[in-house]
Amino acid sequence: MSDFPKPDQLLSNIDRTPPRTDWMDTPVNIRKGMYCYAANPKSVEYTHLPFPHQWNPTDEDWHLPENWKEILHEGFKVRLERFRSFKIFMDICVRCGACADKCHFFIGTGDPKNMPVLRAELLRSVYRNDFTLAGKLLGRVAGARPMTMDVLKELWYYFFQCTECRRCSVFCPYGIDTAEITMMARELFNLIGLNIDWIATPVANCYRTGNHLGIQPHAFKDMLDFFVDDLEEITGIRVEPNFNKKGADILFITPSGDVFADPGTYTCMGYLLLFHYLKEVYGLDVTWSTYASEGGNFGSFTSHEMMKRLNSKMYAEAKRLGVKWILGGECGHMWRVINQYMGTMNGPADFLEDPVSPITGTLFENARSTKMVHISEFTADLIKHGKLNLDPSRNDNLILTFHDSCNPSRGMGMLDEPRYVIQNVANHFYEMPPNTIREQTFCCGSGSGLNAGEDMELRMAGGLPRANAVKYVHEKHGVNMLATICAIDRAALPTLMDYWVPGVGVTGVTEMVANALILPGEGERTTNLRGEPLPGMEDE
Amino acid sequence: MNVKYMYSLLAVIVLFLLAYLGVEAAGLRMLFGIVIPYVAVGVFLLGVIYRVMGWARSAVPFQIPSTCGQQKSLPWIKPNKIDNPFTPGAVVVRMFLEVCCFRSLFRNTRNAIKEGKLIFEWEIWLWVAALAFHYAFLTVIIRHMRLFTNPVPVCIQMVEKLDSFFRFEILTNTMQVGLPGFYLSGLILLAAVTFLLLRRMMIPQVRYISQAADYFPLFLIFGIAFTGILMRYFTKVDIVAAKELAMGLVSFHPAIPARAIGGVFYVHLFFVCTLLAYFPFSKLMHMGGIFLSPTRNLPGNSRAVRHVNPWNYPVEVHTYEEYEEEFREKMIEAGLPVEKE
Repeated sequence: MSDFPKPDQLLSNIDRTPPRTDWMDTPVNIRKGMYCYAANPKSVEYTHLPFPHQWNPTDEDWHLPENWKEILHEGFKVRLERFRSFKIFMDICVRCGACADKCHFFIGTGDPKNMPVLRAELLRSVYRNDFTLAGKLLGRVAGARPMTMDVLKELWYYFFQCTECRRCSVFCPYGIDTAEITMMARELFNLIGLNIDWIATPVANCYRTGNHLGIQPHAFKDMLDFFVDDLEEITGIRVEPNFNKKGADILFITPSGDVFADPGTYTCMGYLLLFHYLKEVYGLDVTWSTYASEGGNFGSFTSHEMMKRLNSKMYAEAKRLGVKWILGGECGHMWRVINQYMGTMNGPADFLEDPVSPITGTLFENARSTKMVHISEFTADLIKHGKLNLDPSRNDNLILTFHDSCNPSRGMGMLDEPRYVIQNVANHFYEMPPNTIREQTFCCGSGSGLNAGEDMELRMAGGLPRANAVKYVHEKHGVNMLATICAIDRAALPTLMDYWVPGVGVTGVTEMVANALILPGEGERTTNLRGEPLPGMEDE
Repeated sequence: MNVKYMYSLLAVIVLFLLAYLGVEAAGLRMLFGIVIPYVAVGVFLLGVIYRVMGWARSAVPFQIPSTCGQQKSLPWIKPNKIDNPFTPGAVVVRMFLEVCCFRSLFRNTRNAIKEGKLIFEWEIWLWVAALAFHYAFLTVIIRHMRLFTNPVPVCIQMVEKLDSFFRFEILTNTMQVGLPGFYLSGLILLAAVTFLLLRRMMIPQVRYISQAADYFPLFLIFGIAFTGILMRYFTKVDIVAAKELAMGLVSFHPAIPARAIGGVFYVHLFFVCTLLAYFPFSKLMHMGGIFLSPTRNLPGNSRAVRHVNPWNYPVEVHTYEEYEEEFREKMIEAGLPVEKE
């Protein structure tokens, strides 16, 4: 990290002037700080994915199977037949350039190959060569080029500089979605064993232990028990979470990142408090699962098949435990998978009941097939019906803004539920500028499995537009806390804030709910879940 | 000089010479007036059908709309029915706005980093030019239907009237604009094409991403509009003869009219034929593709209504039994319930 640029240096390095050479003649430079390490072959092997092998992105030789070009060509062909999206997106781009400056990686690096249109063209050029008449006849004049080792390296480098955030697809007049193209490209890399470790190892962990971090069942319980102790210290109340409980009302699944690292842990403590409250006051029985202890799905950054293999645990566990329906915690890509893939892949969930909140009687009609409800939908409904006893002044030390996470925004449209919750549990809330929130939100820069340590420069560059908007409200309104409903955000944004906007913290929404929530029989709280004094309690 | 637009410009010049010399020097009126138009229309129709069928053959495994607004969830939260459509009817509205108003392009912004701050601007000109271009082209096409119909339907006459409502006359010995009526659509088409061309050549990023396949249709359409305007206001094409040829073609009794129509007319016709034949194999197919784009034409209701994937195959999973088998002792020790003691 010694040669890692300082913020002003990174900023002044951004140059949007394209190179003098045509992009096809500009060779890729796989640069330290901008890529993630190759996958540990053991992780690839564990999940029986193709061609596990040792390799290094900066090496000349990637030790590919002899027939790698054939494998890629066949893989490409199969995917064109299986995904109309892919075929259409390969065919109809007119290169109008509307997407060009919508990508956070382009804004943060100025690298023209980070313009969504050109990122896609990297792959389209191979498509034209292999699958179109014009490409076969005219070659380069038609924008076609054959797959070579250099082309493959370029593809690999740039499709691991896309976080599948879908911002470009909002602006594209044909809805061309780079996330979809990136998913296909990564599936192709997967076919010849070119995975990155930050994705492949969590996938293997999740497959084996149920969560990305590889936490075994007893340790998972231990970790939650630590939170139980902390909560007792803060509130005077001992909560008793259920694990793998058959016959519980609801199965709760959230990303394991929140069990493991601050500030996600406080969100996790928030869940524990909320469920305790609902049990005490309304008798709602929620269970956690150690087998399905991961909401996130790094399989979705590998292939549709791996996505399905990991996601299958949710329904399997809900069926085994005999719960009524499933409640999902705060996570971004987890919700893209649940909202747009789960029912199709692993449904129909006809063994579950219609998702009705037993407390308010609300039927979550929008989830009546998949039978999985988002914690923000669930909490917003509770608040709307006056079912939570809240003291928002406990969050008065926070001046908040809300970061819409890519997937809940552009792969779901959950925009107002978390805002409603925040505005009912806290008093000081300011929006970031309109070009940077809701469906136009900017990625944290670390999504889709890129939140590793070795690609820090990429992450800080990609997070620039988000950080810049936070900085604006930080300076204008004194915003000191960035709320979010994504576990990768909670893992990635603190680093981003320290880098670009020191003085702004990161929180989950449920953490603030729990801070404001008055539990029956609780002692006078002097600190929030972080152990920091509550407003007015600074001297205690 | 950029080879990509030079290639395209050159191609259009060659096409011009082919048609002009082919008719004027070699007298190939049958070829350029009858054979090529039939071939071009045939290639266009079959090509478009082939391409659309090709897309339709590919599966739509997942429901992946880009949700550009609030979802329909709790009854008291106002959903954005258009940008995050929940019902097929709402999808139709979204698609209508997308196809007819270029709604997504309308959102376009431009940004730059100034003094460490990311500054946004609304960027409307691409949308304006794109809309002007497409609608002007549509008007021109509808207007040309007068050459293929007899009597000319009232609706086409109305389009003509509207198009020429703007009275504008320049009458000199060499130039007689305004008589016959001056059509706005032709001028707008030419202006919009010019804007789109210049934009492609001048903005460094757009130039960098542009292919020959982006310049070629623009030059070609410029050529079509230019020769059309040239014939109408300057060289004065024999419109009666042109209509005779067109009527012959549509009634499948093709014949070259006895009165000569002139080389520019054949160039115009040949450009149009080239565009038609080129269409199915090019990016111009975006016209058909937009209707099939899964991020726009699917409702955002995948949690309420299950979407079925036609190739959903069984996958290898790690079952609870396998999991418990591995961790049973640790689970029992930690007091976690197990299936088998």
